[in-house]
Amino acid sequence: MNFLDSIWLIPLFPLVGAAVMLLFGRRLANSVIRILCPGTIFVSFIFSVGAVMQLAGSEHKVHEVIKYLWMPPLHADWGFLLDPLSSVMILVVTGIGFLIHVYATGYMAHEGGFYRFFGYLNLFVFFMLTLVLANNYLLLFVGWEGVGLCSYLLIGFYYHKKSAGDAGKKAFIVNRIGDAAFIVGMLLIFSIAGSLRFTEVNEFIEAHHFAAETAAWGILSTTALMLFIGATGKSAQFPLYVWLPDAMEGPTPVSALIHAATMVTAGVYMVCRSHVLFELTPMTLQIVATIGGFTAIFAASIGLVQNDIKRVLAYSTVSQLGYMFLAAGVGAYWVAVFHLFTHAFFKALLFLGAGSVIHGMNGEQDMRHMGGLKKYMPVTHWTMFIATLAISGIPGLAGFFSKDEILAQVYGSAHGSKALYVVGLTTALMTSFYMWRLMYMTFYGTARSHVHAHESPLSMTGPLMVLAAGSALVGWLSVPKFFPIGAHTFEHWLEHVFGSEKGGAEIPEVLLTSLSVAAALLGIWIASRIYLKVWEGPLYKAMLNKWYVDEIYDFLFVNGLAKGGGEVLGAFDRNVINGGVDGAGWLARMVSSVSIWWDTWIVDGAVRATSFTVKLSGYPVRLLQTGHVQSYALVFIVGVLAMFGFYVLR
Amino acid sequence: MPELPLPTSVPLSWYLLLSAILFALGIAGFLYRRNIITVFMSIELMLNAVNLSFVTFSYKLKQVDGHIFSFFVMVVAAAEAAVGLAIILTVFKNRRTLEVDEIDSMKY
Amino acid sequence: MPLANFIPTADDYLRYLPEIILTVVGVVIMFLEAVGGERRKPALGWLAGAGLLAAIWGSVVALGVGGTGFQNMVIVDGFATFFRILVLVIGLLTIVSSTQYLDREKANAGEFHALLLFSIAGQCVMASANELIMVFIGLEISSIASYILAGYLRDDRRNNESALKYFLLGSFATAFLLYGVAWVYGLTGSTNLAEVRRVLMTPESAPNLVLMGTAAALMFVGFAFKVSAAPFQVWAPDVYQGAPAPVSAFMSTGPKAAAFAVFLRVFITAFGPIATRWEPFVWGSAIATMIVGNFAALTQTNIKRLLAYSSIAHAGYVLVAVTAHSEIGTAAAMFYLAAYAFMQIGAFAVVTWFSRQGEKFVNVDDLAGLGERQPMVAAMLTIFLLSLIGVPLTGGFFGKFYIFRAALDSNLVWLTVIGLLNSAVAAYYYLRLIVVMYMKEPGAATENIGPVSAGLRVAILGSALATLVLGIFPSLVLDFAGRSAALVK
Repeated sequence: MNFLDSIWLIPLFPLVGAAVMLLFGRRLANSVIRILCPGTIFVSFIFSVGAVMQLAGSEHKVHEVIKYLWMPPLHADWGFLLDPLSSVMILVVTGIGFLIHVYATGYMAHEGGFYRFFGYLNLFVFFMLTLVLANNYLLLFVGWEGVGLCSYLLIGFYYHKKSAGDAGKKAFIVNRIGDAAFIVGMLLIFSIAGSLRFTEVNEFIEAHHFAAETAAWGILSTTALMLFIGATGKSAQFPLYVWLPDAMEGPTPVSALIHAATMVTAGVYMVCRSHVLFELTPMTLQIVATIGGFTAIFAASIGLVQNDIKRVLAYSTVSQLGYMFLAAGVGAYWVAVFHLFTHAFFKALLFLGAGSVIHGMNGEQDMRHMGGLKKYMPVTHWTMFIATLAISGIPGLAGFFSKDEILAQVYGSAHGSKALYVVGLTTALMTSFYMWRLMYMTFYGTARSHVHAHESPLSMTGPLMVLAAGSALVGWLSVPKFFPIGAHTFEHWLEHVFGSEKGGAEIPEVLLTSLSVAAALLGIWIASRIYLKVWEGPLYKAMLNKWYVDEIYDFLFVNGLAKGGGEVLGAFDRNVINGGVDGAGWLARMVSSVSIWWDTWIVDGAVRATSFTVKLSGYPVRLLQTGHVQSYALVFIVGVLAMFGFYVLR
Repeated sequence: MPELPLPTSVPLSWYLLLSAILFALGIAGFLYRRNIITVFMSIELMLNAVNLSFVTFSYKLKQVDGHIFSFFVMVVAAAEAAVGLAIILTVFKNRRTLEVDEIDSMKY
Repeated sequence: MPLANFIPTADDYLRYLPEIILTVVGVVIMFLEAVGGERRKPALGWLAGAGLLAAIWGSVVALGVGGTGFQNMVIVDGFATFFRILVLVIGLLTIVSSTQYLDREKANAGEFHALLLFSIAGQCVMASANELIMVFIGLEISSIASYILAGYLRDDRRNNESALKYFLLGSFATAFLLYGVAWVYGLTGSTNLAEVRRVLMTPESAPNLVLMGTAAALMFVGFAFKVSAAPFQVWAPDVYQGAPAPVSAFMSTGPKAAAFAVFLRVFITAFGPIATRWEPFVWGSAIATMIVGNFAALTQTNIKRLLAYSSIAHAGYVLVAVTAHSEIGTAAAMFYLAAYAFMQIGAFAVVTWFSRQGEKFVNVDDLAGLGERQPMVAAMLTIFLLSLIGVPLTGGFFGKFYIFRAALDSNLVWLTVIGLLNSAVAAYYYLRLIVVMYMKEPGAATENIGPVSAGLRVAILGSALATLVLGIFPSLVLDFAGRSAALVK
């Protein structure tokens, strides 16, 4: 069978599944849905694997299938493009998508609207596959808006919860702002290249030898910037990241699939897809790298003190996406895709694990009420343990290889800078800290609630185990150059798209690797000093530290200074005695409280300002629309006089 | 077409000026009169001001087009008057008032 | 000129076939209304529908003998045919979506259908006008009939008010249009569009440009009123809110499409040579219209009023295409008006059904829980709203996409940016409806809701289908629009 010519079928299977679910799902038994919906994704996965294997065997490593000339003047068709970049994406979407579907059959078993949920989920996969397989910007945009819509539907799935509805709306509207910029970028590309097809746009740009816009800002830089603003909306980068943490209102499998592994990476994919354009615009690349780096450290710092297990992971996702843009911004596109790939495994696993915990705790999401779950949920614990090792960058696991490569490229590439390297390294430290904080608070110490936790069924733990294996192993597809064993498959595979690396400055790889490992270990150490001690130490110390951990923030920023200044002094004393470890923790908490301050006052303020604007816009309307015929006529006359005045003054 | 002698006593621009003044008076009437019927008559005044312009231009250009146009305007104005007065009647029947300011139940 | 030239040829009549059919059928309906009994009333609706279908056939026949007719008074080209068919289809959808309404309000009478046909006849005259006198007559035929339609329920206070406001302000605006026509005639010596263009193109005979621009501005007042462009849009919310829902659907699409047709024809054909004179105020009006429409819609609680403001905002997007005054711009405006007509009529059809007798339920909050009670209708309304937002795979998205492409082609960067930001704002108020429908518990308005009548079902499903087809296969319409967008030959 020729899978390469059948790539257009890949998005179609989930579409059929979605259509069946939304049209007839109400009449189907749950057992049928349970087979059918993951089944469609699995068929897509088989077709994807087949197509990628045949692509690897082919000579050109690019295969385009055009099924229907959709809009000839724009060169936009129902056309599909399989190249090494999109093949990575379809494997992630169908492979991890399948596992998450299987997981969801267990997780959602007791929820109402089972068929509706799977209908939306299949529809989402359809749009996501359209997005990554599209051979032109317009079809990509169709998928882009489609996944946004499904995300909106799935966030608001628990529609009896008002906050869920609001979160969905927020996500949709924030994304619209990015989309407006994306449309401008798309129109600019068309006016530059006269086509929207990726291959033709790239050929045009290459053939016309545009000079790189190093010195002056030009039309290419504007175009690239517009595309990037579009990407910040979808991939939750500063300042448009605000919707992602709220999106956690949706069911957990949705968070894993859409808000961790696939949809939010669409922006990274789009930037990498447009790499020919970005290469010519160093100033825009600078912006990409800066925004990426800033988002990484900023979101990580907020993640340090979150108590809701899903919100920790949400901020972590924003931070890791920042890493990907940081890599893309320094011109290391393949590394961005590599991190996207590894991140999909361990972050999906972390979300699913968190879901398993929430499931086992009967809906509890606050980590302060967890603890000691290791005993009750061994599979969940061990799989999440692997994922946490991976995300913190412990050598040998997936996250280590990709993150290490990002840091090396930021340090050494032609677009990179030392300042951004320090930002990246600090983020690595923070990442390791908040992830281990999560682990310790959830699985270790003594249980702090009376809920009888239980391990999840096999349909949920099975995908966890597969993903854990992935999180442990996929990093070996591309190891640092000085590694004696391991492959460079991933890098070479993507060279067909991005070209081989241009030799930058010599990178002291061994040193950099040691530094990042040290940062990871330091993060773990600090976390264990603060949290492990707290939950396992003597009672008084537990009380002391409980106050310290949870309430200094409340104390300083919520209750105000009136509440017992003496206790602060005492705490300060103990701080000094306790030394550097707690000091570091304190500093981290200060940083993050600044970030949280930003989040609650500036970001929420912006949201409040929006609703204020809405109210405000009512007043001019009231002035204008008085309901009196004659005042309407007066408006006419003012309009006429304005036009006459325009002629006289000219 | 036989050549028409141009009048020497009154310049054509005066007619145009008169037309403009009538048009402006119509606007003023529309804006400031309170009775719906008077407001409606102001519109008729504006239309007739336009007719005067048409006829003046037609005379100056030595064409009949302008005259014909003004006939069409009159016909349409008559139709409009029929419909308009009917609408005003139903309003009066429902509200017992012809004050234009009091017709403002829908606003904002 | 020999007298024989004034006798119309057979082809001239063929070119005017749709208008002739509509007028004849309209008169027949009025006659049957008088002689037929109460039982025959429903048949008149069918007759009107048949008349519209015949007129669509007539438009196709007319295009077959395309060209100018009646001494250049009339022009039948692809552009005219596009708009003729568009307003005829709008008329068909209005008739099927008004059946339930007329029965419910016990107001089923032949004059509704006759007036509708006359109004559409006027719009067809507008679409094929090649002479300012025809523009004026078409505009008035269309308007006078719709003044009556707006106040169709004679005993309803809101209907009365709506009709009165529409009538007074409409006549007021027409007076400006007419004054502008008088000056165009005086300055160029002709009212024929091609002739006006020729005079403006010849440097020796070119009139005073300031006066000419002023005349164009005066004519703009009339057109801007009809398309509800700022600052001449103030009447629209009151009138659409007060008029019967099916009539509001008709008024916010049919006359608007026809008015844009003449607007484009007059400003691009006749005033094309002085585009630099009129471009600035159309530009300003486009921006003001988008902003006023979208921001005023944010606070609305009445669905009909919300749709009225949304219709103003959409007129703003089309004005962006007019400002571009290029062939792509014209094609984009044509496509957008078609896409807009379907989504707007569809949304109003749902409102017609939902509002119940006396239009009791027209608040946004009344829709609560509709997604649970009537999932099919809610899904259809969602399609219309998504299209109004401009989500891909709906007609609204490609409409906007082509308009902004045309604007960017004509270097209207700021207009494009402001337009796109406006469409982001617009998502807010449309989404509010979707949220209320799906994420609120059913309330009093949705608890005991009756079924959708067959006619309304046809209107809703037809509009939804058209919205999706325009979104998925835009080439079907866009190719024709692109081929007939050349107004200047």
